[in-house]
Amino acid sequence: RNTELPEHLKAYKGVWVFIEHDRGHVHSVSWELMGEARKLADTLGVTVSGVLMGGPGDDLDRYAKEAYAYGADRCYLVRDPVLQGYRNEPFTKGLTDLVNTYQPEILLLGATTMGRDLAGSVATTLGTGLTADCTELRIDGRALAATRPTFGGSLLCTIMTLAYRPQMATVRPRVMAMPRRDDTRSGDIVEMALGMVETDIVTKLLDFIPDASRNTVNLAYADIIVTGGKGLKTAENFKLVWELARVLGAEVGATRAVTQAGWTETDRQVGQTGKTVRPKLYIAAGVSGAIQHRVGMESSDCIVAINTDPNAPIFDFAHHGIVGNAMQVLPVLTQTFRNHLAKRVRIAA
Amino acid sequence: MHIVVCIKQVPDSAQIRVHPVTNTIMRQGVPAIVNPYDLFALEEALRLKDQFGGRVTVLCMGPPQAEDALRKCISFGATDAILVTDRSFAGADTLATSYALAAAIRKIGQEQAVDLIFTGKQTIDGDTAQVGPGIAKRLGVNLLTYVSRIVEVDLDGRRIRVERRAEGGVQLLETTLPSLITMLEGTNEMRFATMADMLRAGRCPVRRWNKDDAGIEDVSKIGLKGSPTVVSKVFGPTPRATKAEMQVVADSSVNDVCLNLLQKIFTTHPTLEEETVERLSA
Ligand SMILES: Cc1cc2nc3c(=O)[nH]c(=O)nc-3n(C[C@H](O)[C@H](O)[C@H](O)COP(=O)(O)OP(=O)(O)OC[C@H]3O[C@@H](n4cnc5c(N)ncnc54)[C@H](O)[C@@H]3O)c2cc1C
Ligand SMILES: Cc1cc2nc3c(=O)[nH]c(=O)nc-3n(C[C@H](O)[C@H](O)[C@H](O)COP(=O)(O)OP(=O)(O)OC[C@H]3O[C@@H](n4cnc5c(N)ncnc54)[C@H](O)[C@@H]3O)c2cc1C
Repeated sequence: RNTELPEHLKAYKGVWVFIEHDRGHVHSVSWELMGEARKLADTLGVTVSGVLMGGPGDDLDRYAKEAYAYGADRCYLVRDPVLQGYRNEPFTKGLTDLVNTYQPEILLLGATTMGRDLAGSVATTLGTGLTADCTELRIDGRALAATRPTFGGSLLCTIMTLAYRPQMATVRPRVMAMPRRDDTRSGDIVEMALGMVETDIVTKLLDFIPDASRNTVNLAYADIIVTGGKGLKTAENFKLVWELARVLGAEVGATRAVTQAGWTETDRQVGQTGKTVRPKLYIAAGVSGAIQHRVGMESSDCIVAINTDPNAPIFDFAHHGIVGNAMQVLPVLTQTFRNHLAKRVRIAA
Repeated sequence: MHIVVCIKQVPDSAQIRVHPVTNTIMRQGVPAIVNPYDLFALEEALRLKDQFGGRVTVLCMGPPQAEDALRKCISFGATDAILVTDRSFAGADTLATSYALAAAIRKIGQEQAVDLIFTGKQTIDGDTAQVGPGIAKRLGVNLLTYVSRIVEVDLDGRRIRVERRAEGGVQLLETTLPSLITMLEGTNEMRFATMADMLRAGRCPVRRWNKDDAGIEDVSKIGLKGSPTVVSKVFGPTPRATKAEMQVVADSSVNDVCLNLLQKIFTTHPTLEEETVERLSA
């Protein structure tokens, strides 16, 4: 069994975060990971580093400053024209070379379409272990104990990479809390050349077509989400969810049963096979609270559930429960919030 | 055109229950199915076969009963099927799994060169989405993940153009064959099995390869030995300590219940009210 760390791998030190950025912004998941990396590094007594790769159009220096503010001590920068826009080949080479040269013990990436593409490639190239979609990261002894849900969230397991380095893990956006920003923090920069030219790279990025509606992208970062479930019975009744959301300036979420019925877009699905969210307020109407839904929203600060069945599983993890008919409760709740907020909003405006 | 589609047999997780006392998965009686995400990959491969001719080989690593999953794929129209099965594969993580599958694909390529390899986006049990990138790296073929549409294949020019789902948009990528595609879900709909294919599925031999047949020499790279990850603990989710604070509509009027709820939310989360007012005023 692979449980003993060979002598030559004991030199691997420090916690790294791959910093993902796109069209002028760092993906928040990278800062969420930076917060976790800081905690792990403090436990281990080592430093935190961010990895930034990009082309001439990317302001890597600005991102590095942000990285320090969120907890990094150092940033490794790889700048090269071939790194403009994500492609697997050059990013895999850049990250693999950095790891082999500077030898971190832990490497964290966001479980996004970019992070998963890159993490799987880098782990295979390095021949090390990679734990996917972790919901908790801890240090056990000197090793990373990464906990993740499996079988749609019905079970959790803790996975460790004991005999290989680095120990790699991905985490989905919004699973970890955003750390506090401290702009007085600073750090240093280490630059490395990629050593690749465009003609070395087979895959060409011909175009990038941004999504027309940015709405759905906001679901993961919304402060308030109103979610409707199959208990609403019809697409017509689902509009009650939209009305409450509008009054609260909230986003609309849905269960898989609802997106499969076609009452709303699939992008609004919350859960294991949809988005992970952690709003301040999550109102669920006609939602049973199946484990696959729960794992996507249980970190919400305040969960309200409206359900006719007093024994619905959602009441086991909601903070406030209303046993009642959603078709009756939602319009009244909407009116109650409207009345209350109308006074305040007018004064503020 | 020769396409290999990797499929995994998984327990139908919709029907999985966790034992309330022992916290172990109760697999008894849970039917095994083809990983639903892999059907999008298979359908896309079959469409290319319809267009260009050639063959679609389905490949699975798993226990002997995974043969059922492969037969299912034949009933949809796959040309032939290979089950890589060997006790020494047991306990494989994604690194060891990609090693074994890559070896088998190399072997398949010796019989007839492979132009494209497909995998699903992820499975519904292990759920890591790591095996596709792993196979591509091991074979040194171009990796195209989260493909939402195959725009064009130029078989003679050995080029392929696809749309790939990225954060906040879609990338249009062009690369050379052979490449490995992980297919996004919802991109197509699996065809109905024809009577002829269903009959063929019953008769068609599923080839069984052990580790030697698959060309695996280095046993330290497969199964538990070849797996850097170690599962140290398996447990059930912890129930929340306190249950929800309940109000029953029948006990008081809907108006009272809603007003009461609003007050509770805003007094326990005071910043929420301010932020909501701010957002609505903006
Ligand atoms: C592999 C896998 C992945 C999955 N991924 C996801 C996922 O990402 N997200 C997800 O949501 N699901 C997912 N599911 C599905 C999940 O298991 C549930 O089936 C789904 O969440 C149920 O949706 P629901 O609560 O809307 O519907 P139901 O389970 O049908 O529940 C309806 C609820 O409404 C209540 N109700 C009925 N009438 C009323 C009324 N008038 N007023 C108020 N309440 C009423 C009922 O008591 C019931 O509790 C997944 C399943 C599998 C197998
Ligand atoms: C509870 C649990 C948690 C796990 N966590 C991890 C983890 O964090 N890291 C890790 O390295 N391993 C992990 N594993 C092991 C991992 O599930 C297995 O290695 C498995 O063989 C493949 O991974 P996957 O199911 O995640 O497939 P994915 O990588 O999600 O599969 C992607 C695609 O690869 C193809 N594919 C996958 N497996 C096969 C197969 N056997 N035959 C043919 N095609 C296949 C399919 O087309 C599939 O759609 C875990 C296993 C379990 C049971």
